[in-house]
Amino acid sequence: MNMNRRETLKSLLLAPLAAGAAATAGCAPGAPVHWTELPREYSYGRTEAEQQRDRELFAESWFSEHELVTIAVLCDIILPSDHPNGGALDAGLPDFVEFIVKDRENLKLPVRGGIAWLDSYAVNEFGADFVNIDEPQRLAICDRIAWTDVEDPVLRPGIRFFSLMRDLTLTGYYTTEQGLLDLGYQGNVANVWDGVPAEVLARHGLQYEPEWLDKCVDQSRRDIIATWDDDMNLTS
Amino acid sequence: MSAAEQYDAIVVGSGAGGGMATWRLAQAGLRVALVEAGPWYDPADDSQRTQFRYPWESPRRGASTRLRPFGDFNACIGGWELDGEPFTTAPDTQFMWWRARMLGGRTNHWGRISLRFGPLDFKRRDIDGLGDNWPIGYEDVKPYYDEVDKLIGVFGTNEGLPNDPDGFFLPPPKPRLHELYYIRGARAAGVPVYPARKSILTKRINNDRGVCIYCRQCDRACSLHADFSSSTVLIYPAVASGRVDVYTNTMVRKVDTGPDGSATGVSCIDRGNRQELRINGRSVVLAASACSTARILLNSISTQHDAGLGNSSGHVGRYLHDSTGASRAAFLPDLMDRDIYNEDGVGGMHIYTPWWLEDANLDFARGYHLEIGGGMGMPSYGFGFAANQYNEFLGQRVGGYGNGLRDDVKRFYGSRLSIACRGESVPQYGNYCELDPDVVDEWGIPVLRFNYRWTDQEINQARHMQDTMEELLEASGGILLGSKPGPERQYGLTQPGEIIHEVGTTRMGDDPATSVTNRFGQLHDASNVFVADAGTFVSQADKNPTWTILALAWRTSDYIIEQMQQRNL
Ligand SMILES: Cc1cc2nc3c(=O)[nH]c(=O)nc-3n(C[C@H](O)[C@H](O)[C@H](O)COP(=O)(O)OP(=O)(O)OC[C@H]3O[C@@H](n4cnc5c(N)ncnc54)[C@H](O)[C@@H]3O)c2cc1C
Ligand code: SF4
Repeated sequence: MNMNRRETLKSLLLAPLAAGAAATAGCAPGAPVHWTELPREYSYGRTEAEQQRDRELFAESWFSEHELVTIAVLCDIILPSDHPNGGALDAGLPDFVEFIVKDRENLKLPVRGGIAWLDSYAVNEFGADFVNIDEPQRLAICDRIAWTDVEDPVLRPGIRFFSLMRDLTLTGYYTTEQGLLDLGYQGNVANVWDGVPAEVLARHGLQYEPEWLDKCVDQSRRDIIATWDDDMNLTS
Repeated sequence: MSAAEQYDAIVVGSGAGGGMATWRLAQAGLRVALVEAGPWYDPADDSQRTQFRYPWESPRRGASTRLRPFGDFNACIGGWELDGEPFTTAPDTQFMWWRARMLGGRTNHWGRISLRFGPLDFKRRDIDGLGDNWPIGYEDVKPYYDEVDKLIGVFGTNEGLPNDPDGFFLPPPKPRLHELYYIRGARAAGVPVYPARKSILTKRINNDRGVCIYCRQCDRACSLHADFSSSTVLIYPAVASGRVDVYTNTMVRKVDTGPDGSATGVSCIDRGNRQELRINGRSVVLAASACSTARILLNSISTQHDAGLGNSSGHVGRYLHDSTGASRAAFLPDLMDRDIYNEDGVGGMHIYTPWWLEDANLDFARGYHLEIGGGMGMPSYGFGFAANQYNEFLGQRVGGYGNGLRDDVKRFYGSRLSIACRGESVPQYGNYCELDPDVVDEWGIPVLRFNYRWTDQEINQARHMQDTMEELLEASGGILLGSKPGPERQYGLTQPGEIIHEVGTTRMGDDPATSVTNRFGQLHDASNVFVADAGTFVSQADKNPTWTILALAWRTSDYIIEQMQQRNL
């Protein structure tokens, strides 16, 4: 991903890396995870107080390395990288989640507690932490906690946590350049809005009421300075 | 320290009221000191600009913070809480208070919904026997509304409605797709709908300001100066006249008065170096926003004004009132799997429904209008949450993981329609702000304590709002989201202050025993002190207040100019 900044890869080792091990998340237990590093400098109309707060947030470490890698593995499962528009790790999701959880106090406990729940569940079921079980085992757990209609009270905390991670992953992805591309978002550029495209109207079986349209702006005259007669009629 | 000059007028606060007073008084040749507690601000300055930024330009992707409660790209410096400047609420009462601290005040990020009050709105007591009439009527304000329209620019349409007056409008933008669904629904339900009225330049109004290029980001303030902010539209030209000195980061403590009880100037504190500053003037125009103006007056205690300046009636702070509000949203299956194109449009709605049941027999007084929301907006923090929750309505499972989620996100993008109601409350003597005797802010200025409770009028109105919103959303083809709030939640009625239309704290009237200012915003108790914000409102119609603040501030300024010409000031 290129968000007008360098393309950097971050690598975290959970266990000693065997020679020639794959450089992606999710395959072997304890394999290293790589993701695009997000910038730590921003400039978008901040006040002094805001700059100060963001400096403090970037300086704070809240997650342990283990927690961060668990987040990375989960984000990758939720939105994998095997897609032309990239996935969670390409979009730097672990860095985003780390920042936003520090920024929003009310996320700290659910994410930390959720990871701990997931690990204890994985130990019970498969004998190791979530990141240290193999991929089929991880997916077996995800299949149990990914759907919100499951009523099992034992799984409830996991379901809530997985929903939260899905929310953070999708929001973190769809607010990057790749995410907007994936969505097809066309806005945030200078343009002259002149109504819903005709083919879209037709597809929806809708049309503009002629009397309404008559009142709307004639975009070919938008640059002509407005004048009115005494009866409040626009004359330009 | 004391500023050397004796100004003709000192204007306190640079929002809608203060900007207009500054512009008009300077235009008439007066020397003006504009005193503003916040910093200088220009959305065209790249170090302050938040418009035309992509979500990833913010590390939190536009999420709100305590410092930017309406989102990280919102233009407001300020919010529900200000560091070092607390306020309090009396037990068992509620109030939310939104304050901006910047040149232009809240007009940098306001919704630009620009509605004139109608003839009935000035005379509500005559209609329902509640509250009080204004001492003035629509005919007194109309010439000023006309001038404001032409000076500032507002799009809308002349519909000849009895209580939603015509104006000098720019033409409105065409409706978006979800708005067409609403129009169809409203027609089916027999509810009127018209083009919105907003102070956004769909057409050039002069050679100083740009024309809208449809980015939908007016809440970030427009770097083209194509929407109305007091700073960009009024204060910059006033400063360019050379007759205005702007004191930014300068907080007014009180109005100083002389032996005859009239004002001699204001005492301030420079927020940068914490130095005291005195500014002298022949007249003082308070426009710090309704509650802040009341606070300044209450803190201006002297031997001549022992209950605070202008408060011989005990009415400063009384009759504080805000608009009512409630909202609801629906999922529109017709808007699934949309064709994606740029439908940003202007900031906010292109259409709205004004109050349409003036003559109906209802169990509450006064009305409300409907603001319509939806569309394919730019993603920011929160986008993609509960990505496929609407699967529930399609008989499919909610949740999952993997690339299929991408399809869910696209399937439901832009398929939401929402309505927000904004209504008129009945002003109460018993709803008020006062000084809290026990608390000062970091500048040592006693803070406000709020006392506010809704009455059955507002609660019944909210119930009606909920029924209306359900009917219209369903008529538009929507499946209602969430549950309908009942009496246990006061039918979803917003908290007092939450709609940020707080007015009435220094109301105008002909009787000095029951009002703070006369018809021109001039204090009954001090002839060279004026109020040019919404404090003077006797009642806040179901129309958003700012267009009326602007018109009245112009009217007050004309009165000041005239009084000075006649040597009465
Ligand atoms: C998100 C939002 C949306 C809104 N949408 C609409 C809308 O669509 N239509 C509408 O009509 N209204 C809307 N409003 C309300 C509108 O913003 C206000 O009615 C309007 O700005 C009030 O103008 P004002 O001059 O009274 O005060 P403000 O705009 O609040 O300005 C007051 C200024 O005074 C300064 N000040 C305060 N105390 C002191 C002091 N002691 N010394 C020096 N300076 C001081 C403040 O820093 C501030 O800059 C909206 C408000 C918000 C927040
Ligand atoms: S929508 Fe138009 S007026 Fe509003 S900020 Fe964008 S360009 Fe400016």
